Amino acid sequence: MNAFLGFVIKEFKQIYRDTRTLVVLFGMPIIMLTLFGFAIRNEVSNAKIAVLDLSKDEVTRELIQKLSVSKAFELNAYLENYDQVEQVFKQGEIKEVVVFEPDFGNKLVKEGKADVQVITDATDPNLANIVQSYTGAIIRDYVQELNDNGGTVQAGIQPSVQMMYNPELKSVNLFVPGLIAVILMLISALMTSISITREKEMGNMEILLVSPLKPYYIIIGKVIPYLLLSVVNVITILVLAKFIFNVPFNGSYGFFFFESILFIVTALALGVFISSVAQNQQTAMMASLAGLLLPTVLLSGFIFPVESMPLPLQVVSNIIPAKWFLIIVRSIMLKGSGLVFLWKETLILTFIAVAFIALSLKKFKVRLQ
Amino acid sequence: MRTIKFLLQKEFLQIFRNKGMLPIIFVMPIIQLMVLSFAATYELKEVDFAVVDMDQSVTSRQLIERMQATGYFELNGEYTSADQAIDELDKGKVKLVVQIPIHFQRNLNAGRSAPISLSIDAVDGSSAGLIQSYTSSIIADFNREKLADVQITNAAMGNGASSQKTITMNPVNWYNPDLDYITFMVPGILVVLVSMIGLFLSGMNIVREREIGTIEQLNVTPITKSQFMIGKLMPFWVIGMFDLVIGLALARFGFNIPFLGSLFTILVIAGIYLILVQSLGLFISTITHTQQQAMFIAWFMMVVFILMGGLFTPVESMPMWAQDLTLGNPVAYFIKIMRMVLLKGAGWQEVYKMVLVLIGIATVLLGISINRYKKTVS
Repeated sequence: MNAFLGFVIKEFKQIYRDTRTLVVLFGMPIIMLTLFGFAIRNEVSNAKIAVLDLSKDEVTRELIQKLSVSKAFELNAYLENYDQVEQVFKQGEIKEVVVFEPDFGNKLVKEGKADVQVITDATDPNLANIVQSYTGAIIRDYVQELNDNGGTVQAGIQPSVQMMYNPELKSVNLFVPGLIAVILMLISALMTSISITREKEMGNMEILLVSPLKPYYIIIGKVIPYLLLSVVNVITILVLAKFIFNVPFNGSYGFFFFESILFIVTALALGVFISSVAQNQQTAMMASLAGLLLPTVLLSGFIFPVESMPLPLQVVSNIIPAKWFLIIVRSIMLKGSGLVFLWKETLILTFIAVAFIALSLKKFKVRLQ
Repeated sequence: MRTIKFLLQKEFLQIFRNKGMLPIIFVMPIIQLMVLSFAATYELKEVDFAVVDMDQSVTSRQLIERMQATGYFELNGEYTSADQAIDELDKGKVKLVVQIPIHFQRNLNAGRSAPISLSIDAVDGSSAGLIQSYTSSIIADFNREKLADVQITNAAMGNGASSQKTITMNPVNWYNPDLDYITFMVPGILVVLVSMIGLFLSGMNIVREREIGTIEQLNVTPITKSQFMIGKLMPFWVIGMFDLVIGLALARFGFNIPFLGSLFTILVIAGIYLILVQSLGLFISTITHTQQQAMFIAWFMMVVFILMGGLFTPVESMPMWAQDLTLGNPVAYFIKIMRMVLLKGAGWQEVYKMVLVLIGIATVLLGISINRYKKTVS
């Protein structure tokens, strides 16, 4: 036991004396959370638009005025003819051109209806959709104001929408759990796999294997410091999320930490598994990068909803631990759910953890080739 | 020249003899391109929803059927009380609860306001937004039809047509009329793949020599600094370009991405971009001592560059200060160039300013890292 303690202390020292990595390790969650919390959103602000006004009357002037004061848009250019539309789109800055037909205002007053064409640069379909719906809303508001003098009751279906659990649709609420998963994956899986393959590559593994330490002690000793580091980072993110971004935390902290540790263990097991397969750090690193981090970011529902993916990928996403962890953490934080609702996901996560631990123990070789 | 030739030979041998690296260099990018392009989509399909229909009328039935018929929504259960349905929402079984109150049909037919209520699981804000906009447009369509019926009956009964003014908005989507997300994502993902090869492999290579100690063997040879750098950069530059060509071929023939612009332009800019990314890797390698450190810093920068580069979330949705930050983000430039050239057919005239910025960044980075690399051991 003493030898084991000594080994763990050696590992700790090795990590803590590497100041560069430590700075990144503790600074990264803070920078990432700040960037994503403030910078990554789904609502649009200051999208550049242009206007092609073929009518130039009172009504179009008012509408253009309404568009330009909206926070979502920045009116960037007045075009003179259709040919210029292609030109401005190719330059890439302008995302939407609003075209008013000739005689727009007259038609609206006399015939009661007029056409406006909204051309979007749909290379980014999502953005095109959003700017279009913003424009639509502004035009609708204007029409409603025009019609409002009658004071008639709106006829027809009036849907009222409640956004449950996250009424302001704050993206940061969604990103925090995802960020926890990504950072845990990074520290636990990536760092462990590199640190074990490093011993192999430098030839130190030989020294460790001939020492009286049992092989599984070596693995546990390697893993413990990263486990602690990960927990510290989870706490940092939670504190930041709560006090700077006001992300709600409705569930129980104990349950949350239990689930986090379960996920960390899974990630550590993955790291050990990669290190037992990879011969050098470069391979370990690329494998963790391509095999763990990208799926964690893209297949887990962190950014893109899993339901939107084609069926084969939805099936694949089931073996990604981060997917289950994300479902659990989002439910705990935003809905306040407990084990009653989440036992199934917890069970799956436990199963994945056990499977990877077994796999990596089986793969870990006591002998050098 | 001969020295460089031998150096290159050595590096290529080293790469190709590493069995673990080969699949990573050649197979992984292809798999990733395929998987990520399909995964990265905001399109909505088959959202489970629950209904609390208090009205139980023909119209309320029609509305529910209409929602299912679009293929975007799948009815998961009908409940008699709102609490039960919200409970399902809590459990995560359904994403949307539609509540239709009593007298819905009667109000609608009488030309009065007929409220319904939609409760959306907004834990995922972006898909909640999509669910809302899809349901709203379905309901708006349905509403228009019903109202037309109502107005016809009213007119027949002598109530007179309404004198409401309307502005019809005709949306037109250029370059990507079907709003296909894959078309948009593939050029961006290509950039990510090329960046990963460039940034991680070349920088890591030098730190590796240093960590294992073999760099000293190189230091005692008469190889000059720049020969050494070329020897380290060239192989991964070639591999990066090779991967890009494979990726482009896959994009063209596998994903049917339109190539409106010139392929030559793309390749030239990619060549410049790769040198830039590799210089960044070199720079990281001069400030770190172990592969773990180097890798960690490189990965961190990559994540920030990618997430702030407009690949997943549009740059337009960032606050102004963050939009200004993208001016120094090489990934953002190349993603933008790729999309502009491939999808819009932009040429040199439209992109030359961005290319100049890329060249500028590359020169500075390469200069600093060659300057920092020392043949002496401290």
